[in-house]
Amino acid sequence: MINLELPQRLTNSQSMMNSIASSIFRPVARKYDGLEHTEAPKELEMLGKLAGQGDGAVAAATKSGDERVAGIKNAGNMSGIIATTELAWGCCGMMLSIPGVGLGNAAISAVGNKEQKERFGKLYCAMAITEPSMGSDSAGVQTTAEQEGEEWVINGEKIFVTAGERGDAVVVWASLDRSLGKAALKSFVVEHGTPGMTVTRTEDKMGLRISDTAAISFVNCRIPKSNILGSAEIADTEEARRKAFGGVMQTFDNTRPQVAAMALGIARGALELTRELLKKEGVDPQYDKPLYSSTALEAEIYNMEADLEAARLLTLKAAWMADNKQPNPKEASICKAKAGRVGNQVTLKCVELCGTLGYSEEQLLEKFARDSKIIDIFEGTQQIQQLVVARHVLGKSSKELK
Amino acid sequence: MTEQLFDLTLTEDQRITRESLQRYSDTELNAISRSSDENSVPPKDFLDNSMMLGLSILPIPEAYGGAGMDRTPLSNVLNAEDLGRGDMSLAIAMLTPLAFVNTVLDQGTERQKEKYLTPLAAEKFVAATIAIMEPRATFEPSTLETKAVKKEEGYVINGVKSMVALGESSAFILVIADLEGEGPSGFIVEMDAEGLRYTEEKCMGLRPLELSRLHFDNVLVGASAKLGENEKTLDLQRLIDLSRLGTCALSVGCCQAVLDYVIPYVNDRVAFGEPISNRQSVAFMVANIAIELDGMRLMVLRAASRAEQGLDFHKEAYLARTLCAKQAMEIGTNGVQLLGGHGFCREHPVELWYRNLRAIGILEGIASI
Repeated sequence: MINLELPQRLTNSQSMMNSIASSIFRPVARKYDGLEHTEAPKELEMLGKLAGQGDGAVAAATKSGDERVAGIKNAGNMSGIIATTELAWGCCGMMLSIPGVGLGNAAISAVGNKEQKERFGKLYCAMAITEPSMGSDSAGVQTTAEQEGEEWVINGEKIFVTAGERGDAVVVWASLDRSLGKAALKSFVVEHGTPGMTVTRTEDKMGLRISDTAAISFVNCRIPKSNILGSAEIADTEEARRKAFGGVMQTFDNTRPQVAAMALGIARGALELTRELLKKEGVDPQYDKPLYSSTALEAEIYNMEADLEAARLLTLKAAWMADNKQPNPKEASICKAKAGRVGNQVTLKCVELCGTLGYSEEQLLEKFARDSKIIDIFEGTQQIQQLVVARHVLGKSSKELK
Repeated sequence: MTEQLFDLTLTEDQRITRESLQRYSDTELNAISRSSDENSVPPKDFLDNSMMLGLSILPIPEAYGGAGMDRTPLSNVLNAEDLGRGDMSLAIAMLTPLAFVNTVLDQGTERQKEKYLTPLAAEKFVAATIAIMEPRATFEPSTLETKAVKKEEGYVINGVKSMVALGESSAFILVIADLEGEGPSGFIVEMDAEGLRYTEEKCMGLRPLELSRLHFDNVLVGASAKLGENEKTLDLQRLIDLSRLGTCALSVGCCQAVLDYVIPYVNDRVAFGEPISNRQSVAFMVANIAIELDGMRLMVLRAASRAEQGLDFHKEAYLARTLCAKQAMEIGTNGVQLLGGHGFCREHPVELWYRNLRAIGILEGIASI
């Protein structure tokens, strides 16, 4: 039965996450934004321990039993959305710096075998996909993995690895045979300290400054044969190859809504702060007049709230589909596209609406506006999401619609 | 009671109704959409035949000849979406008596339900409508220039109402007027009341809806014609919000029709040696229609489901209207754009949808759910 309100369990976890965000993140968000490239914030250690057993998502912090009524579930994907939104509301950079909950952990818990989950579960695992000559085009990975005896030998260069320096290990995407394209793409767990693996730099960024973003090089880096995630077989038919790569890409069906949730949190933070500042100056929109009888300022607020609410519902829908085992690649991209762009537009507009208060470092508005930009880029840019949606809607292959 | 989860699954009843209304929309409405627009009137027996769907009879209590079903805002928005997909004007025409019924059920007294709903529970289509909008650029529902004054024998109404759906053929017209000393109130005026004059109001779109301007010149109604009589005062906000959700749902249906129409067109249309949908500039426009349309739909569903659960839904309805007014027109204009010059020709329906969708940001008090 159609109901778009959140059940009690989720609103409880929402307020718990919000109190963590407002008591732990917000007070130090400005400080760590200025102290980039520092050690992982000590304020996050406790949270990391809570999140604990390498379950991957930030949602682990609130993990409790799934709820199921009449065959319908509101489970891990949805609670992940709730937790991510609230924590990103506090500070998205700090959320991404919680020890133990890297994207690599998500990959291990999604495709790792039991032994791997035990071995790597307690490590803080980053995810390394992007390379200097390859961005959105995941199939263009040039890093290679060659089998020699009981080991894999990794060679290549990775960039933009979130928590690539602070983490304990990195999940690396590499090709077993570059002539075979996407099908030969596999992921491998490489622990820090493995000879041949070097963090070559960390990026100075516009936003998410507290989160470390590393470049890592692999030169004849040898890891045990058992560190490959999933099968080492390369699909031998065209069909099977497409399927194999599809499997790799399926991770995004779960992760894109979570990244969309970051945009929801940042934008809501900006919008709430804007409303607070405006209220002190006597502007407090009450949805009581038609849009065009409102002031321009009020109308902007209404438009932003409408767009943000649409983005929020689209994100919940995609996560709800994942929780209920309905295929959701189109919906995952739809919510990421809408939330990514709305998150950016809202935060930028909030800075403008609040004038010098918005632009000044005295408030967090300018920080939200810097942080929000990357959400419309990582985990698939706005343009990639539109491409995915368009292919689904139009029934086109990636060959037809490039 | 088990707590309700976030859920987007239709009930069995909703699914069955949805299937049959979509079929009706795709065949019956679709077939007469263009000719009704050209003739500015639906085919002769269309509205009578539409009674087989039972839309307005369903919620009328059995005692007054109806089916006595629960009134459900959620099912009403699903129905409005499905009918709007076939043709927005015809959908509004069919839903106009229902909007009147819903409002009387909501805000009328028992006596009024009996008096005004019984004639609508007939085999033939009996029109009844709501008149809120006024012919002013700066019109807003809370500031009405149509005035009512209390007299000994009832109320005297003066003013002009604009874009009244089925205005001339309605047996009952619920007029929202500013009652001296009390504020916005509703009065049920019967067809051809003394002092009531009709003029035809041809518009850019919604042409089969027989939109009329109604001129009230000292129209006298009895004390019992005031909606709610002396028992309750008019909740105008509720009426406006429920109407906005109805029109938003219609726009979702119409925008779905746009999307469904442009997909095969851009896939078949060849330029520079390949389908134009192989180009990102075209494909991304289609993707954005899909993205925004789904957002509109979820906003409407959330507000309607809150209304159904008895929760406050004013803010949700306001935001749904804000989004739909903006995005529906964007989708309407892009629908024409994607067909290029062909979209501008009346051979294709996209120009008709473009004209109809322009109304979404304007309509008030129509299609209340």
